[in-house]
Amino acid sequence: MQEHADSIKTYTLVFLSLLLLTGATTVVATIDLGAFNVVMALLIAVVKMMLVALFFMHLRHSTILTKVVVGGGMLWLGILLLLSLSDFVTRGWLPVPGK
Amino acid sequence: MDSHTETAELREQFETPGQQKEVSTLGMWIFLVTEVMFFGGLFLAYAIYRREFASAFAVASNTLDVVVGAVNTAVLLCSSFTMVLAVRAAQIGSRKALIWFLILTIVLGGVFLGVKAYEWNLKFEEHHVPGPSFHLEGTGEQGPAQLFFSLYFTMTGLHALHMIVGEGLMLFLLWQAYAGKYTPRYYTPVDIGGLYWHFVDIVWIFLFPLLYLIARHQH
Amino acid sequence: MITEAVEERETYLNASYGIKSWLLTKDHKRIALLYLHTITFFFFLGGIFATLIRLELLTPKGDLVSADTYAKLFTLHGVIMIFFFLIPSIPATLGNFFLPMMIGAKDLAFPRINLLSWYLLVIGGCFAMYAMLAGGVDTGWTFYVPYSTNYSNTYVIATGIGIFIAGFSSILTGLNFIVTVHRMRAPGMTWFRLPLFVWSNYATALIQVLGTPVIAITLVLLIGERTLHIGIFDPARGGDPVLFQHLFWFYSHPAVYIMVLPAMGVISELVSVFSKKAVFGYKVVAFSSVAIAVLGFLVWGHHMFVSGQSVYAGLAFSFLSYFVAIPSAIKVFNWTATLHRGSISFATPMLYAFGFIGLFTVGGLTGLFVACLGVDVHVHDTYFVIAHFHYIMVGGTLMAYLGGLHYWWPKMSGRMYPEGWAKLSALVIYLGFNLTFFPQFILGYLGMPRRYWTYPDEFQVLHVMSTAGASVLAVGYLMPLIYFMWSLRYGPIAGPNPWGATGLEWRTASPPPAHNFEETPIVTTEAYDYAALAAMEEAKVG
Repeated sequence: MQEHADSIKTYTLVFLSLLLLTGATTVVATIDLGAFNVVMALLIAVVKMMLVALFFMHLRHSTILTKVVVGGGMLWLGILLLLSLSDFVTRGWLPVPGK
Repeated sequence: MDSHTETAELREQFETPGQQKEVSTLGMWIFLVTEVMFFGGLFLAYAIYRREFASAFAVASNTLDVVVGAVNTAVLLCSSFTMVLAVRAAQIGSRKALIWFLILTIVLGGVFLGVKAYEWNLKFEEHHVPGPSFHLEGTGEQGPAQLFFSLYFTMTGLHALHMIVGEGLMLFLLWQAYAGKYTPRYYTPVDIGGLYWHFVDIVWIFLFPLLYLIARHQH
Repeated sequence: MITEAVEERETYLNASYGIKSWLLTKDHKRIALLYLHTITFFFFLGGIFATLIRLELLTPKGDLVSADTYAKLFTLHGVIMIFFFLIPSIPATLGNFFLPMMIGAKDLAFPRINLLSWYLLVIGGCFAMYAMLAGGVDTGWTFYVPYSTNYSNTYVIATGIGIFIAGFSSILTGLNFIVTVHRMRAPGMTWFRLPLFVWSNYATALIQVLGTPVIAITLVLLIGERTLHIGIFDPARGGDPVLFQHLFWFYSHPAVYIMVLPAMGVISELVSVFSKKAVFGYKVVAFSSVAIAVLGFLVWGHHMFVSGQSVYAGLAFSFLSYFVAIPSAIKVFNWTATLHRGSISFATPMLYAFGFIGLFTVGGLTGLFVACLGVDVHVHDTYFVIAHFHYIMVGGTLMAYLGGLHYWWPKMSGRMYPEGWAKLSALVIYLGFNLTFFPQFILGYLGMPRRYWTYPDEFQVLHVMSTAGASVLAVGYLMPLIYFMWSLRYGPIAGPNPWGATGLEWRTASPPPAHNFEETPIVTTEAYDYAALAAMEEAKVG
């Protein structure tokens, strides 16, 4: 249980960081980094997500069980995305017609 | 006997208010995990088709207004800020601050939805809605371009639906806060309402770059 | 008089009267009974469709119904049995009733959400019934595109909405169970003192929470494709029909573990009580439940070997599918080891447990056949697959459900069922089941496709055997319906612990009081500690 409230200062710093990162991701998108553009976009989004989760959602003061639940959710999303993509990405790799 | 008279703060099935709060919080987090998996299917479809139709998706994405999208993202982040301040107000027992921060959150959420409605309307006018009247300049792959917009409307539409539910939740919390139901000893609904609101914000944190920022360097 | 002795004590059944006290109840035990009525209704409804299917298949020609009607029969049979019977069955009835009691809690973590779950199942069922009565749905329970989106003229959307709503019933039950097991255990009830039935339902709840949302979004996309032609599965727009299958099976494979894990939990309880021995390898069985839940999410592509998915993906999924069999096999070994040198009783619940162990083993082994990519190319979409999953779902889950119902009947109702009739029914069901489904392995291997309503003459003998078995099976299922209802009025009164079982639910009256226990129990013994139970009984008497 999180009984101690974070300070307004902490929340404000996090908020300003989030705004900054939003600006950053917009600017970075205008620079041609090839395949790396999508990596940067996702990376920044993940950092923003962590800030919201850890500070605004009080995850850093939460129980270990809560953290496991969140981690589990991320892991399961990963399974859905990666294992499904493993089909689409490997199509045509073997010289078998139609596969 | 172990049973006690039931109050909002201590329901019959719990031993202590602390247990009840922990249980409610855990329950909300698990619900949010189900929401992650729910949106996850859409992100999968997005990943597959963006990979396969990179250029059509880029052309389609570039028709979205980056400035409007970025500002709207800032609006939503602001509403998360006011929301966490609302929770903090409840935690320290500031009823007035709680009420005002909830109102701000609701207003900012409303602004976000209004801007989204404006953007959707633009798409309708520009014939970028998948269907017989669809036409996108700059690409020969009209089919995949429609796929982008199908995903755009489905993903932002589902997100907006969650926002609307969130607005409803916030209005409920506002009503209860006004009636003085929340104290430093019992403010769990505000807390878990906040968790829901932040989650919907996080979904948008991913939607913005994925939908608005594909290959923006080609100008 | 017999009935007087029961009436004078307050139980969850007589704590309040009137229909509102049931429809607005927060008591997990009453909600369990609400579910019991609902799923029994859906079971027999699904059974009617099975009857019609088997009647049609008595003859090689399509002479009972048209092809379109036949498609509706197998679709509705699948949809109703899976989403409205099997998925809720054990967790929502036996789990709801006994999970809180087994951990020493007063109720689930969220009683009102529990009631909501029941209403969601009923509302979802109403949508499915509407679809059925308005004209049916003919896509198969798997709703593959493009048939379900572009060509079928039946009530796909109504059915989809019904399944979507029922899905949320399942999600909320899972959420409730997870939170309850984590945070509502009585003092001294550590994780490794929990009955294995609790472990199984916990593992099941994990699947419900992580998997069901994906079929929810899949149905949303299906409906979007069908109504608005969003193109997401449409090759004309660049969409991929195989994406539908990935999304569908990501849930629907783990769903089969939602259906079988609680059944395994029941078997653990039965095998222990009726051999008067602790389950062999408790921790291993507990971890196996969680392992099945986790591994079950990594294998869905084995339903798609011939769909057009890449060969590499097929290889990966085939390989992973072998792993998920391991924890299931471990459980079978451990149950068998539990029996060894146990004091075996052949009461009806134990007969069902024996039936489960044998039939689940057959079903599980044939699962390995179909997990093998090469073999599956031959048997995919044949009766071999149908036989495989019916051995698990009917020979496994349904048998365990019946075993559990018999076992916990005295606790829920305060009455014993008639043992002679019950044993006879168990035998009838066992024989009927094997006569129905074993020929289907042979049929499938010989090439009889599934979902076909006509077939070459040389398959008729096997089909006739199967239909004969189905009629025996139908009789077998009707018998408990009759004698359970009979027992409510005429059955012998049951005491708190007619089986001599360990477990907190047996330390309170039959039927239990509304708040489960007079005082919160404090747990000091391990699970399945029959010596401690005997000592406790002696202390009471002496």
